Amino acid sequence: MKLVVAIIKPFKLDEVREALATLGVQGMTVTEVKGFGRQKGQTEIYRGAEYSTNMVPKIKVEVATTDALAGRVVEAIQQAANTGAIGDGKIFVLEVAQAVRIRTGETDDVAL
Amino acid sequence: MKLSTKIGLGLGALGVSALLASPSFAQAAGPIFNPTPEQQATMVNKGDVAWMSISAAIVLMMSVPALGLFYGGLVRTKNMLSVLMQVFMCVSIIALIWVCYGYSMAFSQGDTPYVGGLSKAFLAGVSPTTFAATFSNNVYLPEYVYIFFQMTFACITPALIVGAFAERVKFTPLMIFLVLWATIVYFPIAHMVWFWQGPDFLKDSTAANGLIWGWGALDFAGGTVVHINAGIAGLMGCLVIGKRTGYGKEPMPPHSLTMTMIGASLLWVGWFGFNAGSNLEANAFMGVPFINTFVATAAAAVSWALVDQIVHGKPSMLGAASGAVAGLVAITPACGFISPMTSIILGLLVSPLCFFFVSTVKNKLGYDDSLDVFGVHCIGGIFGAIMTGVFADPALGGQGWVDYTVFPAGVGAYDMGAQVITQIKAVAVTLVWSGGVSFVLFFLLDKTIGLRPSVEVEHDGLDIAEHGERAYNY
Repeated sequence: MKLVVAIIKPFKLDEVREALATLGVQGMTVTEVKGFGRQKGQTEIYRGAEYSTNMVPKIKVEVATTDALAGRVVEAIQQAANTGAIGDGKIFVLEVAQAVRIRTGETDDVAL
Repeated sequence: MKLSTKIGLGLGALGVSALLASPSFAQAAGPIFNPTPEQQATMVNKGDVAWMSISAAIVLMMSVPALGLFYGGLVRTKNMLSVLMQVFMCVSIIALIWVCYGYSMAFSQGDTPYVGGLSKAFLAGVSPTTFAATFSNNVYLPEYVYIFFQMTFACITPALIVGAFAERVKFTPLMIFLVLWATIVYFPIAHMVWFWQGPDFLKDSTAANGLIWGWGALDFAGGTVVHINAGIAGLMGCLVIGKRTGYGKEPMPPHSLTMTMIGASLLWVGWFGFNAGSNLEANAFMGVPFINTFVATAAAAVSWALVDQIVHGKPSMLGAASGAVAGLVAITPACGFISPMTSIILGLLVSPLCFFFVSTVKNKLGYDDSLDVFGVHCIGGIFGAIMTGVFADPALGGQGWVDYTVFPAGVGAYDMGAQVITQIKAVAVTLVWSGGVSFVLFFLLDKTIGLRPSVEVEHDGLDIAEHGERAYNY
């Protein structure tokens, strides 16, 4: 099993969700996050007082998937979240040791 | 300069002039000179009373909640209540001292042209059968109505000051300052600029005028009395108290420009009471200050947004709100004297000037006028006061002035150069008097009971430390 963690631009969330849904992905976890990478922060100006914020708001999407599907999940996110500009985000793939569905106690691939 | 008293044309005066054109009629039904209170009682207009009462109520709305929200939105969450409370208590306390002695100091006859006496302290002698003059011969307001209308001006003016040192002042010393400032600065300046005997008495009592009124300065609704007065006091306060801890090093962005927009918008609405209400009558002339207030503000909001667009590439909501307030400030002294088209020019010009002060000058000189009380109110007020002298010229579509030293009052000849010099003199007296007294008061309070909270209190925020509550509990 793999955990696919993607940091994406907030406005791309719906497209990523739809792309994953067409692959048959049944669940995801979404978090509003802030961070920075190569994309510069924003500058806010209040009556001439400039404040630069170096943290940029992003969305973190986490999808747990079977090994077989993981490659296509990564590919789908990469295509759906792509704008071609700096700041599109990153995708990380992690190994998952175990998964449990709380309601039934089912484990691993069946629990995803 | 000869003693000539100038004030915007009341329609009554125009009507009187028209009456004079037909001598037989004027002799038959001329206005009464020096009317008795019994005669004045028959010269009260129900429309005027209704309009002035509504005006007073919406000028109160300019302080609470409008000024509170406009200022409050600009501070950080931890200081929101401190600003709201400073404004709210300022209004409440000043209202009380206004009826105790403020009205008497501002609007009763004194021994000098600088300040009134105490003959009307605790509203002595005031009743529903006493009356206050308007700008038209033989038109009177019930004195109570005049008292509470002027009370709302006294309430909002000291409240304007608190923005200059927001987020770093102790509550109780500030309240003491505001009471002293109202007593030593506001009431005398209001007397000097606005006190006179009224159009039915002036011919025989020119010596009784307030000093600046006697000079013939034009200030329709309080450019000098309210905005320059409060603006320079604010600057003195922020200089004596010093910068906020971390100013220029850590971000101090406004916590809610939504509230700032609501506050600025309510100020705009309330300002019709402030400016058009200052006409004191619901006559046809009242439309002049009303429409001028509307369009000057709109023009100033547009021009600040344009400056934002040019300088920063984006038109900001804070800029539009700041521009609207700058426009309101600038049109305040001018509103009853100039035309709608020159009002637009005034509005278009004031925003770039204030923008320059709040962004460039403030940063260059390094003073921390937190909410730009000096940059917007004092600078905008000075600009408005001086431009009043220019645009009031009938040659530029202005309304000119009325000579009340003759009875009935008539239109006087306009001399733009002399008028501008008179305007500058009025501005200078206000700057020196308010600036000087404010500096001394701040300095003495700072050295005795202290004006500034500890760095720890400032860090934690004034809401918890001074008021024991938070604006927002999530």
